[in-house]
Amino acid sequence: MAEPILEVRDLVKHYPLTQGVLFKKQVGAVKAVDGVSFTLEKGETLGIVGESGCGKSTLAKVLMNLERATAGQVLYKGEDISRLSGAALKAVRRNIQMVFQDPYTSLNPRMTVGDIIGEPFEIHPEVAPKGDRRKAVQDLLDVVGLNPEYINRYPHQFSGGQRQRIGIARGLALKPEVIICDEPVSALDVSVQAQVINLLEQLQTEFELSYMFIAHDLSIVRHISDRVGVMYLGRIVEIGTDTEIYDHATHPYTQALLSAVPVPDPTGREGRERIILSGDIPSPANPPSGCRFRTRCWKAEERCATESPLLAAPKLLTGGAKHDSACHFAAEREVAGAAL
Amino acid sequence: MPDLIEKTAPATGSTEPKPEKPRSLGSDAWHDLRKRPIFIISAALIVLLIAFAIAPSLFTSVDPRAGDLRLHYLSKPNYLHFFQADWFGYDGQGRSIYARMIYGARASVVVGICVTAGVTVLGGLAGMIAGYYGGWVDAVISRVTDMFFGIPLLLGALVVLNAFTTRTVWSVVFALVALGWTQMTRVMRGSVITVKQSDYVTAAKALGAGTTRIMFKHILPNAIAPVIVVATIALGGYIATEATLSFLGIGLQDPTISWGIDINSAQKVLRTAPFALFFPAGMLSVTVLAFIMLGDAVRDALDPKLR
Amino acid sequence: MTTAPEKTIAAKDRLVPGTPLLDVRDLHVEFKTRDGVAKAVNGVNYSVAAGETLAVLGESGSGKSVTAQTIMGILDMPPGRVTAGEIMFRGRDMLKMSNEERRKIRGRKIAMIFQDALSSLNPVLSVGYQLGEMFRVHEGASRKEAKAKAIELMDRVRIPAAAQRVNDYPHQFSGGMRQRIMIAMALALEPDLIIADEPTTALDVTVQAQVMDLLAELQAEYHMGLILITHDLGVVADVADKIAVMYAGRIVETAPVHDLYARPAHPYTKGLLRSIPRLDQKGEELYAIKGLPPNLYKVPAGCAFNPRCDVATDLCRTEIPALHQVTDRDGAELAGRKSACHLWKETLHG
Repeated sequence: MAEPILEVRDLVKHYPLTQGVLFKKQVGAVKAVDGVSFTLEKGETLGIVGESGCGKSTLAKVLMNLERATAGQVLYKGEDISRLSGAALKAVRRNIQMVFQDPYTSLNPRMTVGDIIGEPFEIHPEVAPKGDRRKAVQDLLDVVGLNPEYINRYPHQFSGGQRQRIGIARGLALKPEVIICDEPVSALDVSVQAQVINLLEQLQTEFELSYMFIAHDLSIVRHISDRVGVMYLGRIVEIGTDTEIYDHATHPYTQALLSAVPVPDPTGREGRERIILSGDIPSPANPPSGCRFRTRCWKAEERCATESPLLAAPKLLTGGAKHDSACHFAAEREVAGAAL
Repeated sequence: MPDLIEKTAPATGSTEPKPEKPRSLGSDAWHDLRKRPIFIISAALIVLLIAFAIAPSLFTSVDPRAGDLRLHYLSKPNYLHFFQADWFGYDGQGRSIYARMIYGARASVVVGICVTAGVTVLGGLAGMIAGYYGGWVDAVISRVTDMFFGIPLLLGALVVLNAFTTRTVWSVVFALVALGWTQMTRVMRGSVITVKQSDYVTAAKALGAGTTRIMFKHILPNAIAPVIVVATIALGGYIATEATLSFLGIGLQDPTISWGIDINSAQKVLRTAPFALFFPAGMLSVTVLAFIMLGDAVRDALDPKLR
Repeated sequence: MTTAPEKTIAAKDRLVPGTPLLDVRDLHVEFKTRDGVAKAVNGVNYSVAAGETLAVLGESGSGKSVTAQTIMGILDMPPGRVTAGEIMFRGRDMLKMSNEERRKIRGRKIAMIFQDALSSLNPVLSVGYQLGEMFRVHEGASRKEAKAKAIELMDRVRIPAAAQRVNDYPHQFSGGMRQRIMIAMALALEPDLIIADEPTTALDVTVQAQVMDLLAELQAEYHMGLILITHDLGVVADVADKIAVMYAGRIVETAPVHDLYARPAHPYTKGLLRSIPRLDQKGEELYAIKGLPPNLYKVPAGCAFNPRCDVATDLCRTEIPALHQVTDRDGAELAGRKSACHLWKETLHG
């Protein structure tokens, strides 16, 4: 296999909790991302799923260098970019771009669409098209399926789906190789979500993009992803190809998550076996010892409290179940209703 | 359910290919403003006032400093002599009250506009730096702001102005800017902190935009609205403060013409010549009111919740 | 009076499943704003009986929430205005009642659960106080009784250690727990009908399942009617008995839940169902409904969905379709099924 375009090694992001007004004393840390490793191959889509507070959005920010990693490495084509700053960082930014969740807040309301999409060229004049920048912006509008004549309009003159297209055009302007999509469709109407998903897939083929696709909607993630990682409290608990995760999940949390998803099909809802987890997600400032899922897990034993399970393929399992899973008791389980 | 309207409204016309005019938030606000009677009235008053300040001789041919002691107070106003020297009567030194009312606008307008410009630039800049950088920079600026905020504007100005031997309009402007900038710092800081967290600022950072670009292209245009509103309302306040200082004898001095000075000299003869107090005081009230009304109208037009 | 809880339950005539509760007839609501008149609700009809769950499915701007707010009587007027229609609650038109009468129904007979529990709870009052307030205001209970009842309610919605947490403030609870408190509040006076507006949208998937289960359980126990307003086809499939699909202020299709998913009779419903990614479509382009959600200031002539519809004809562009009774191939009426499409036959059988 070729060299991965993006490789993340033991990435950690802690937000210090301080006390005192004048002389701040660190009293703890919110462990938003706590030792995450994965790779992203060229042209691939890696889905990241998890509930709020699992650290998936923080992960995106650290990868984008919007937040400094506390520890660990982010390798872009073999080079660690997590410590870069200044011109070197600016140069790397051309290659990794982001699509945001909320199309209503991710566009500057005081700039025209032309200015918004053209801004990347102003920031990076070295890669800006020579000559007609306006034409380049109009081409981008066309690529994302908007009328090029809309160039002088303001964001508030567009609907949510159209705004998300503008955001995608801005991300595409510098011809990046990696795009990190942070919940790109969750703020959109159901009937518009499919349009945007199709656009993202189309662009991937056209421009050979690699996506990291962060979402909580499991059916959309399955549709678009080649591989899927499941996060819980700052860690990846299970990662594998889409079939491995959706059909052969071995981590109890993944199983619970899959079974809890409301399925848009009423047939057999009475017979559907659902794992209803008790309790809430513990605070990332004070995660449980050992396995972080143990407080809500039905399989938990003493060992789980003392020994943190490693993310590795369980030795005893075979076939689709043999993929990385961070559980001492990893095993497949028939989960009815996970037909996503 | 305003939410529903807000979300569906942007799609106006975008469903059809028919070219629609680009509407910036600013031009939307302007369209909205033009329809408000309160804005029209206050803006008309302010335009008139500025005309007084720029070209007082257009409104009166009388020299406001030429006094004829024979005319002092006893010569009652002749309310039918429109635009003439004796329209509103004469003051204690026999100077035309009407002419002094017109000429007095200049000091008020200059003080009001210059102080507002000064505090907005100075305070706005400090607020933007504090809000944008946060951390210890913010802590230092905020503490300094708090210290200044503790000084009552009037008392502080009294102390500062006492240090000047001759006081001109500029010394008054200096004193008020030095003491008043903290108000704008607070407003700007809060506004910048809110805007700084917007996704579009993050997006610009992700594109590799520099600090200057982020500050002036993304944050400032979106953070300035509340500052404009506060500044407009404060402008009226500065004019009133100047008049108060002049009234107390610590602001402007003769031969500068100021409504405050005239109010001061007229209060002694309130019983015999109430008109001498009424006109400069009335003018002052109307001016302050006009700016406050303008500020209100601008706030309503800029309020993003209505948009 | 410590036995009060039992007393009220016993005294209250328990609902018999199937008793008609609410009947909305031809409701029209519009908003007058600077940009013109937004027709948010254009002739909505639906009904709910005791023990029944009606899901109202729609996107933003479909009028689903406005309808609910009108039923509750919490719509801001102006700019909102009810231009026509009736809201019959147990045989009486609520729109003709005095404010005093409506206030008595609100909370006591019809209660509402909102999407955002944090902003629906007062941050400066403890949850126990807010729960107890219902009893103090409506039933004149003393402080002590009110607190006891608050604890009982918190127990009923399965908040762990209710007696210890009764004096906590809303921000001290997690999102799922806050939504339980909202449910407890809605349940407090044992209403006949609960309207839940996107009750689980703000919650995580695993917590969502807990809350929906709780609602279903409570409904089975008290036999109240439930109107569930949502945009999520998955949530609807899990709990609803019947569904009303709304688009641009109209009901475009009503059907029992199984029928709707198996054989939709309106192109919009069909499109929504088709646009959900399915296993066998992996790697293929998703079906997407074309165009934009409706603009309420400029609802298209004829059927509001026609610019986005794959099968629209000239008739659809000129004439607003009535809500037709849906029949099977032999012409026998299908119970509870209606479709506002000129081409419902083709859509259903084609």
